[in-house]
Amino acid sequence: MKIKAAEAIVKCLEAEKVKVVFGYPGGAVLPLYEALRNSDIRHILVRQEQSAAHMASGYGRALDEVGVCIATSGPGATNLITGIATAYMDSIPLVAITGQVLSDCIGKDMFQEADIIGATQSFTKNSYLVKDAKELPRIIKEAFFIASSGRKGPVLIDIPKDVQDELIEFKYPEKVDIRGYKPTLSGNPRQIKRAVELINKSKRPIVCIGGGIRYGNATEELKKFIEKSKLPVVCSLMGVDGFPNKSPYFAGLIGSHGYNYANRAMNDSDLIIVIGARFADRSTSMMNKNNVQNIIHIDIDPAEIGKNMPAKVPIVGDAKEILNDLLEYDYDLDHNEWLYELQENRNNYLSKSLASSSLLNPKLFISKISEQMGDDGIWVADVGLNQIWAAHSFMVSGSKLFLTSGGLGTMGYSLPSSIGAKIACPNKTVISSMGDGGVQMLMSDLAVAREHNVGVKFIIFNNGKLGMVRELQKNAYGEKSYFGTDVGFNPNFMKIAEAYNIKGMKISKEDEMDNAINEMLKDDEPFILECIVDPEIPSVPRLGGKKNE
Amino acid sequence: MNKKFILSILVENYSGTLSKVAGLFTRRGYNIDSLNVAETQDPKLSRITVAVTGDGYIIEQITKQLHKLINVIKITTLTEETSVQRELMMIKVNAVGSKRTEIIQIVGIFKSTIADVNTKNLTVVITGTEEKNNAILELLKPYGIVEMTRTGPTALERG
Repeated sequence: MKIKAAEAIVKCLEAEKVKVVFGYPGGAVLPLYEALRNSDIRHILVRQEQSAAHMASGYGRALDEVGVCIATSGPGATNLITGIATAYMDSIPLVAITGQVLSDCIGKDMFQEADIIGATQSFTKNSYLVKDAKELPRIIKEAFFIASSGRKGPVLIDIPKDVQDELIEFKYPEKVDIRGYKPTLSGNPRQIKRAVELINKSKRPIVCIGGGIRYGNATEELKKFIEKSKLPVVCSLMGVDGFPNKSPYFAGLIGSHGYNYANRAMNDSDLIIVIGARFADRSTSMMNKNNVQNIIHIDIDPAEIGKNMPAKVPIVGDAKEILNDLLEYDYDLDHNEWLYELQENRNNYLSKSLASSSLLNPKLFISKISEQMGDDGIWVADVGLNQIWAAHSFMVSGSKLFLTSGGLGTMGYSLPSSIGAKIACPNKTVISSMGDGGVQMLMSDLAVAREHNVGVKFIIFNNGKLGMVRELQKNAYGEKSYFGTDVGFNPNFMKIAEAYNIKGMKISKEDEMDNAINEMLKDDEPFILECIVDPEIPSVPRLGGKKNE
Repeated sequence: MNKKFILSILVENYSGTLSKVAGLFTRRGYNIDSLNVAETQDPKLSRITVAVTGDGYIIEQITKQLHKLINVIKITTLTEETSVQRELMMIKVNAVGSKRTEIIQIVGIFKSTIADVNTKNLTVVITGTEEKNNAILELLKPYGIVEMTRTGPTALERG
């Protein structure tokens, strides 16, 4: 029996166990929406398509599944772009479905026509323009496979409206076979052996983890490996939730906004073992590349190995598999002094960083909340000063997640993606932390939280500035150079809360923190907590003009 | 050290594949010296031949990034030693009076052909390595070249 291609799309989504899609309807996806209306898949209507992509991203990351977003042709599709690029940079599994104008009208500048395949080409893992409805089941199967395997990422499927209306015989393929796509999962045993030899010979080794630990579900394996080898661990921004930061082996966050001593440790080490990280510009900006002696680079994407730093031992494969391989060897290192030095540095740093002040110390506040949010909570940090504060102070334990836009640095990411994460995991505490700049980028999607009773706790650190850019201006051109970074007018966020029928609270002093946390976490309702913070609080002390951390 | 390389890229013949391959060069800031593409004996596959100039690091990066494209099946890096390389060139050259005989002689020496003739000029077609084609081009330049086109190399691995 033949069915409409639009119904086939929905059947494919069901076969992929998709329960929720985030979208915004329009003319070019009418047939698809008609098919969705008759299915059990839940549709969340966003208020701006960019939020649909971010919500799908938060949803996908929270569940380790593929998030799905839908938009119509033209402006609907172009609004998705920032969300797709964000997902690409951070390797987030995402399938974006866009409507397209009628097949025989493509290229004629029709109403709401945009070449979305062309526009997103350089930041999608793959994309399809569906010209023949019969191809749809194969394409959707491939899209989900590509998005969620190897180095994960976004896949876009652009479907002309008339194609959605065609009648096809529906059969969902059981297997995918793409000749040019066979991700390497197992590490080369010879390279692994070489790596172990290097580790055992090293005096000041350090492990540097990235998002690949979480994406590869390798947190347990990493813990076991570290306990066995006793190697110290630093993380990149994407790797914050990869290793418990109370572990004696944890040595901090590296990079342009990392801990000073962690960056120093990278420079002082004689062996760096990179696992599941790109080792990108921001992570390595504080490193003296001439000092770096040996690098073992483990990543699932061969193109990342040797791209930014030369690797002595490259190992392509899945972090979980390779860590399991590494666990089979014995480690005998003499590096106690090195470990002790790192631990002392870290404790010194934390005691200063989390110090009390009569005004509100956002780092202290973040660490307190993260301790009380449950061992399975999800923190979604936006971009800017607040992101660095959160990355420094979020207490990692249990299966807690720390989600943020690390690669693209997309302001506005937190609000929608936290909603997506909470829809995915309604029983977990989900906290979104933002600045007063970032919250206003996609603030309209607070409506989604209210409409669907999504109990995200939104924290706005309000300093009336675009603090991160302001800090860059200060460090580049001096204090008198502030320009365009003063948020001249902010709405009354408490009235915004009221307008969206969301409970709100505003605090500005340290002694109000505990009460605020209690109020905020006492039920499962959405909540807006506005924290007034001093605009002179820097991202990291180093960049605030003080010499020592 | 910069060197000329030829990348022979076997791809699945889907719409947009060429644009993805070419776009990758633009996006990553690599320069293409020449590019040509055509179907292979298997109509599902095409071969894209790209000539690039770069050092070992650049070529490695290009190859790794190309491999990430889903529709790319195989990439072979070809050098002059490891492959047979040819490019096609057409030159429309002024050929009036006694010059005509001279040009026909040059064409003969280079085993090229004359594809079009009229009273004012000749169109010479030559297939050869880049060096051979450069050589005939230099010889024909003094006669006055009206128009010309060349394909850039296409290549196949030896053996």
